[in-house]
Amino acid sequence: MLRKYLDKIKPQFEKGGRFSKLHSTFDAFETFLYVPNTVTKSGSHIRDAIELKRTMSVVVIALLPALLFGMYNVGLQHFRAIGLGDKAVMECFEFGFLKVLPIIVVSYVVGLGIEFLFAQIRGHEVNEGFLVSGMLIPLVMPVDAPLWMVGVSTAFAVIIGKEVFGGTGMNVFNPALIARAFMFFAYTPYISGDKVWIAGMSEGYTIDGYSGATPLTEIAGSMAEKSSSLGVTSTVHDWLIGTIPGSIGETSFIAIMIGAAILLFTGIASWRIMLSVFAGGYLMGLLFNAIGLNPYMEMPAYYHFLLGGFAFGAVFMATDPVTGSQTNTGKFIYGLMIGAFAVLIRVVNPGYPEGMMLSILFMNAMAPLIDHYVVAANIRRRNRRINATK
Amino acid sequence: MSNKDKEPLFSAKNMKLLTGPLGSGNPVTVQILGICSALAVTAKLQPALVMALSVTVVTAFSNLILSLMRNTIPSRIRIIVQLVVVAALVILVDQVLKAFVYDVSKQLSVFVGLIITNCIVMGRIEAFALGNKPWPAFLDGVGNGLGYGMILVILGFFRELLGAGTLWGYRVIPESFYAHGYSNNGLMLLPPMALICVGVIIWIHRSRNKNLCE
Repeated sequence: MLRKYLDKIKPQFEKGGRFSKLHSTFDAFETFLYVPNTVTKSGSHIRDAIELKRTMSVVVIALLPALLFGMYNVGLQHFRAIGLGDKAVMECFEFGFLKVLPIIVVSYVVGLGIEFLFAQIRGHEVNEGFLVSGMLIPLVMPVDAPLWMVGVSTAFAVIIGKEVFGGTGMNVFNPALIARAFMFFAYTPYISGDKVWIAGMSEGYTIDGYSGATPLTEIAGSMAEKSSSLGVTSTVHDWLIGTIPGSIGETSFIAIMIGAAILLFTGIASWRIMLSVFAGGYLMGLLFNAIGLNPYMEMPAYYHFLLGGFAFGAVFMATDPVTGSQTNTGKFIYGLMIGAFAVLIRVVNPGYPEGMMLSILFMNAMAPLIDHYVVAANIRRRNRRINATK
Repeated sequence: MSNKDKEPLFSAKNMKLLTGPLGSGNPVTVQILGICSALAVTAKLQPALVMALSVTVVTAFSNLILSLMRNTIPSRIRIIVQLVVVAALVILVDQVLKAFVYDVSKQLSVFVGLIITNCIVMGRIEAFALGNKPWPAFLDGVGNGLGYGMILVILGFFRELLGAGTLWGYRVIPESFYAHGYSNNGLMLLPPMALICVGVIIWIHRSRNKNLCE
């Protein structure tokens, strides 16, 4: 039925039709709903049933466990904070759903609006890259982030992070992380501290003495006071399940791992990057264990995976095929460095309790350099082989 | 000089020297010179304007003086002579700022002294003053100083307005905005955002003037 409707209105968007100016908009919707009939005509190409829009859809599906759990957790944290204790699952979910949905809507409306606008001006097809970014942005925001800030951050990310480089596939940095970094540096009080992670807390509807700090903020705080313990109020069990304050989608290790399984099973994300991010973080954790100057350094290395956005970044952000390394060796180096830098920033710099965002952005910038040297090394090796056989 | 080949002071050619750097020959957005100080002093409007005037004075008078001296300088030591003249002018400007606008001078800190190393100053001397008569050289210096200053003032305006909600130190964005959840953009006060703003200005400039696109 939908197909029939599309076919009926299609002529109006063809050349000379009434809405020919809106051709790219129509095309975007049509190809989103149905795989296009056109095939690559020239050059070599691999025939595959999957293309960019379908790839993006799988990533969005992989994000769903984290999103759904995030919604539940928003409700759970809220009811705990206002002193009502643990409510039923559906009640928590419903509250969280109503809190998170506006953020998602704002992110998609602003982001896609700008994408469509640029597509119209430049006269090319609408890029589908924002399907994933639009879902990632709400997941890395605190639940109490004002909606207009989410909108401004999204606009900044899409224009400066993506369109100036030429759109999807050309960007140097991960747009979702650009949005978060913009928010982080521009509106710092709204994305750090111990108030913003729980819905309603910044307006003060909480019981006295309830802390809304994320475990990482708690640790950074107690390290700043030279305390002899980590000072966390939650347990490893909580971190695994994800019933802790934090950005909407980052809290649950298990939900993220379900997403990771989907991405790895479908072969969309690179297992090399994912594995090496965790390995890099673990090795850096072990190194700090060996130094052991304060309780944070002595913390078991695998704790870092469970805390904050490490797992989320490793699974959904670092594996972005556009901004990461392209060569296989490069992917290992890229991943290892992301994990190592994230832990380094967390432990050494108390100003940034969470290092994952900065670490991935930094390595995004370095990825082309890594690739360059990997390729150059390969050329050198093969040159030597030629000379040896001569 | 006979009366016949004497040019009027503000002939079309001379006016072009003055206005060219404001548009298609802008030192910051087209030649990408003087970026460092453009990022460093533009967090607020007032220092940006003072810096703009200082650089204009230095470029104008260093161009004028070196153009007057151009036939007497041996070309092997010309850089040293240029530096002496520029440094003397910068020290004069620095002293004047310290005497009359001490607060701003403190905000500008080393960047007044660093006008000596501003590529625009040396660039215009090398490229124009040493090969032209004093009056066109002077106009060229004023034009380039103003072209640089224009970008500084634009940057300073937007960075102070969006970053601090003030202009020239006075509150512009009303308190009621803040009560309704508006917040200053802290990133605007950081130099990286200034670089992005310069980029946006270049983008707008080039989309209006297609000749500049490579």
